Order: sequence, then C-alpha cells, then structure tokens
Amino acid sequence: MIVALFVPCYVDQFYPQVAIASLELLEKAGVEVVYPPKQTCCGQPMANSGFEHLANSCNELFINNFSGFDYIVCPSGSCTLHIKEHLHADKQEEKAGEIRRRVYELTEFLTDVLKIEQLNAKFPHKVGMHQSCHGQRGLRLSQMSELNAPAFSKPGKLLKMVEGLELVELDRVDECCGFGGTFCVAEEAVSVKMGKDRVEDHIKHGAEYITGGDMSCLMHLEGILRRQNSKVKVKHIAEILNSQ
Amino acid sequence: MTNYADKDHASLAEKFNVDEPRVNWHDETLWWVRVKRDKASKSLPEWELLRETASQIKNNVLSNLSEYLIQFEEEATRNGITVHWAADAKEHNEIVHGLLQKHGITRMVKSKSMLTEECHLNEYLQQQGIEVIDTDLGERIVQMRKEPPSHIVLPAIHLKKQDVSDTFHEHLHTEKGNYDPQFLTHAARLHLREKFLTGKLALTGVNFAIAETGEFVVCTNEGNADMGAHLADIHIACMGIEKLLPQRKHLSVFLRLLARSATGQPITTYSSHFKKPRKGQEMHVVLVDNGRSIQLGRKDFRNSLKCIRCAACFNTCPVYRRSGGHSYHTAVAGPIGSILAPNIDMKQYADLPFASTLCGSCSNVCPVKIDIHDQLYKWRQVLMKEGYGSTVKKMGMKGMTFTLSHPGVYHFAGNAGRWVLRNASFIVNNKLNPWYKQRDMPSPPEESFGEWYKKNRK
Repeated sequence: MIVALFVPCYVDQFYPQVAIASLELLEKAGVEVVYPPKQTCCGQPMANSGFEHLANSCNELFINNFSGFDYIVCPSGSCTLHIKEHLHADKQEEKAGEIRRRVYELTEFLTDVLKIEQLNAKFPHKVGMHQSCHGQRGLRLSQMSELNAPAFSKPGKLLKMVEGLELVELDRVDECCGFGGTFCVAEEAVSVKMGKDRVEDHIKHGAEYITGGDMSCLMHLEGILRRQNSKVKVKHIAEILNSQ
Repeated sequence: MTNYADKDHASLAEKFNVDEPRVNWHDETLWWVRVKRDKASKSLPEWELLRETASQIKNNVLSNLSEYLIQFEEEATRNGITVHWAADAKEHNEIVHGLLQKHGITRMVKSKSMLTEECHLNEYLQQQGIEVIDTDLGERIVQMRKEPPSHIVLPAIHLKKQDVSDTFHEHLHTEKGNYDPQFLTHAARLHLREKFLTGKLALTGVNFAIAETGEFVVCTNEGNADMGAHLADIHIACMGIEKLLPQRKHLSVFLRLLARSATGQPITTYSSHFKKPRKGQEMHVVLVDNGRSIQLGRKDFRNSLKCIRCAACFNTCPVYRRSGGHSYHTAVAGPIGSILAPNIDMKQYADLPFASTLCGSCSNVCPVKIDIHDQLYKWRQVLMKEGYGSTVKKMGMKGMTFTLSHPGVYHFAGNAGRWVLRNASFIVNNKLNPWYKQRDMPSPPEESFGEWYKKNRK
C-alpha cells in the first residue's frame, strides 16, 4: 500500500510539526508514505470565495501530484472535504474521480482503513476536542448534535487510546469556531466572537489543550488564546496521537 | 423603516458586535431555543424519517406545482373563497389595497406573514393612507419601533424586556421603568383587544394550503390570527405559491415538524383550518409568485422553496446568533434568507451567501432537508461568475491561483512570507490586517514541511 501525504498549504508553511507527526504516525503503522514535493494547495480558498471557475490550474496541478496512489491522506477535514466534493478537471475528469474516491482525512484513515485499535501514545493532559465542521458534518467523522442518530466519533475513538489523556466535556459539543476560510477576515467581528466563545467553553471546562483535526480552526483559536495571554495551547490531533 | 441600503452583512454585524454582553445574550437566548428543538426532535424516534418524508412530499409539490395550484384554486373557489393571483410584490400589494378600497376600509389588523414583509405591504398601505396593525406581539413591538422583524418566528428577539418597556411607555403610556413581562403583556393585550374588536378587515399569512380540499392552515401561538379573522367581515390570506401540500393527510407530517423545529413545542397552540367563509363574511386568498417561479427554474436552488419558515436554521446558525437579524438587511434573514434573497436581487444581496462559515448546521436541522450550506457555496460561485464581486477580490483570487498553481512561486512566496513574519512582523501586525485586530499571527517556523522532508527522508 502506497499512501500519498497531502499536506495543507498553511500546515506546510506554518505548522510543519503537524505534517511530521502525520507522516510518522502513518510510518509507525507500517504504511509506505510518499510526499509529492510539487504539491501546493487544494484550491479551497478560491472556491469558497466563489472563484471555483478560476481554480482550474490549481486542480490540474493537484491531479498531477496525486494520481496513481492507493490512498491520499490529509491531516485536515476541510481540505479533504474540498477535494472529495469539488475536485474536477475538464481534461482529466477520470483521474479527478479516482482521487475523490481515494482521499481520506487522517483520523478516518487510521480508524476505517488501517483499523487501528491501539496506539503507543502518551499525553497526560486535560484536552478539549474541537470538531471541525467540515470534518464532522462534511466527512461524518463523528455524529452531529443536530441529528437524532446514534453517537460515534472517529477522532474520539483514537484519543481514548492515548495514555493519560482526559477529554473534557463541552457545553456546545460541535459549534463552529468561526474560522470559515476567508470568512475569518471578511467577517472579522463575527469570526472573532465565535472563536472567543469556543475558547471560553474549553477554558471553562478545564482544558489545558484544545485539539482537533483541522489546524485552520486551531490557528484561529490559537490567535485568540495568545492575544488573551492564555496558558491554554492548541495541538493538532496528529501531534497528540504521535506523542510519547 | 430603518434604512439598510448600501450596508453589507459584515459591517452591520460589526456594529451589532460593539455591545458584547448583548451579543452574548442574543446568542444564548437563541441557543436555548435550539436546545429545546434538539430535545423535542430527539423525543421522536421517527424524527429523521419525518424529515425525509417532508422533503419528499415537497419534492412532489415542486415538481407538480402548477397542477396543484390550479386544483387549489378550483377547490377553494368551490368553497366560496375568492382566489387572486399576484405575479410580484407590487401586484400583491395592489390586490390587498383594492379590497380595502372596495369596502371603504382604512384600518386593517394583520397577523404574522413573512410574505407581506417580503412584499413591504405595510409601507405600501401606509402610503395609501391605510393604518395597519400587526397583531403578533413581537411584530407589534417592532412595528411601534419602526423596525423590521429580526427573526421570522421571534420578530422582536433582538430586544430585551427593558427595550419593550421603553417602547410601550412611549406608545401605550405604560409606567416608565416597569420591566415586568406580565405587566407588559397585559398592556399589549388591552391595546390589541380594542384593535381586534374594531377591525373590519383581517389579513393573515398561510402556513400550509391543501390542494385537495382548497383549505388553508394558519399556525400561531397567540391566537391572534383567529381573533382577527373571526371578528372581521373580510379575511384576506396571503401565501407564496410554494406553501401548497397535495393532501390534507400530509399535514400530519408537517405540523409535527414545524413547531418542534421552530421552538421545541410539540405543536403550535393554534393550528387553525380555514375552508370557507362564514355567513356574511368574505374570504380571499392571494397566491404570490414574486420570484418563486424563477427560483423553481434554478436547478441548484429550487429546493429552497421547500422552506416552511420554522427558523430552525436561524437558531442554530452561529453567525446569525452573533450578528442579529437586521444585519441580513432582508425580510427573511439567516441562512435560508441568504439563499432566497439573491434570487430576487443578486446585486443587493451578493454579500449574504458569504455571511456563513459553511459549517452545515443549518442543513441538518432543516425539517425539510434543504441543502442550505451547499446552496450558499453555489450562490457564491454564481455571484462571482456574474461579476458581483469586487475587482480587488477578483485580482486577489487570480494572484492566489497563480501562486498556488506554480510550486516554485508557492515555495518562494511561503519562504518570503515566513521571513517577513519572523524579521519584519510590523508589516502584518498592524491595523490594516483584519486577522491581527483581535488575534495574534501564527509563529512562523524556520523551515516548511517540504524543506524538512527533503532533508529528512529519501
């Protein structure tokens, strides 16, 4: 099995430790991982801004980088969802379809494909889990509070395998943090207010760390925590699952 | 009426956020309604099946709308109801005014109807010298304040009891500073009772109309629609053409969904069926298109016409709760309003599909399963393609696409950006950067993952 590691652009540039942790996690599970070096971005920033029609060259590049692998794995629910739902290319539509079927978010790849039942990880802290909306409602990584349906959580299942980790309860288990891509600057006031309210919920319940499957949400929450001089830190779930 | 021309959601929302405790209160109040909705929906094991059934019934309605409309007209006419057809808001307003004129009536009581808000009926009639009295308590309060409703089910939800007290003191001369809700509702009751008793013409909305029987159903908690209609000589009911249901039995699905989704009640206090005028009374139904046929023709957006106006998507929307209904500058605010409004005027409402993080909560509370957040995404594509985005935004997106389509440029830009953040952070840490206003920038690492990988693997 050869897996291509798809690293979101902002993770590549600002949070390389998240990509390293993802790579190491997959390698530890015995997977052969390849990082296509010419990858840039999934094109979501343009598409969510309404400029899907300008993103063709970006889509072509993505297809050239990620065709021909058994799986494509990404430590982001949002980027994975974008590829799954919106990767198209006039000239290479068949290849685009292959990629849409083979792309997985990291935690669902660990639980559903590799069927991981135990992890050799230790993280003795109180942790709050922030569900990214695209991971949760888009990829169905965990049950959403809106539905009358049985509970489950793929990232939650993995976090339970981490020694010493205590998950804190939240008042609002799956409320959006307000990042929302360009929303975070275009609607700055509401975005920040949403982020402040999320942070408050975690702090109130004693979280030392806020984790999640999307570094973009966490980057936004981190920006707010730092401005408040809070001791609470953010950590991507890959880092926690890979911690010793 | 408050003028929201030339304002967009972001700037109106920013204004709303100046008073943070009030935003907290607004958010918590509506979240409380969402929690009540969760409890009610989870008490029915068949909830998800009900949603699916409702969605399918509405699919049938939308696919056969013209037949059902004709059937409804025939049956209603047989029952003694006069049916009017209005192509747009203007025709709708003129029909209502025509009926008032015909009977020489200058005052009208009106129960809640978002359609008449959409058509701006109140302003139109006032210009013709007609006094309109909104009889839904929330609507009466905002009417006194010359504000539009901020929520389709809870029109005055942006106001606190202190605001209501001040408004009543000004308009009804109640005791100043008396914030007791019971005192205030009693004052409203006396005030409205007098209006009901002297009202000759009552206008109501319509929640559901039944093609099979020619009847219509109006749901309220206050009983104000009934009070108005039963006391008036003339009852006009105004409805969008999408409000139809094929048969009476289908109501059992929708009535179970509507109030649970809206407020968490099992059913509205009053679900009143109107089928024929009583002796000596006139009953009229105005069927209004106002852009609905156009929306029906838009493949990606026709599902929005399934909406039963429960406002569950408002209450769950984290953006709505923190920006208030008026920031949407349209009669129907919230997520559903943001996919309905661009159909009527793309230029004026080009901002609304962007007033969302696309979190998807709306689509999953929707009792008729409208894919609201997907439609928000699709409206963004339509609006930018049609040229309703700014040139600056378009140029920015072109630049971004160029960078992200060329790995060499991307790596160079990434390196340069991180260098700036590390060595000249004042370039981004300033007032011109909306991120930095209330958030710190991420700490840039020395090397990107790509650079690390090159050194550490292979």
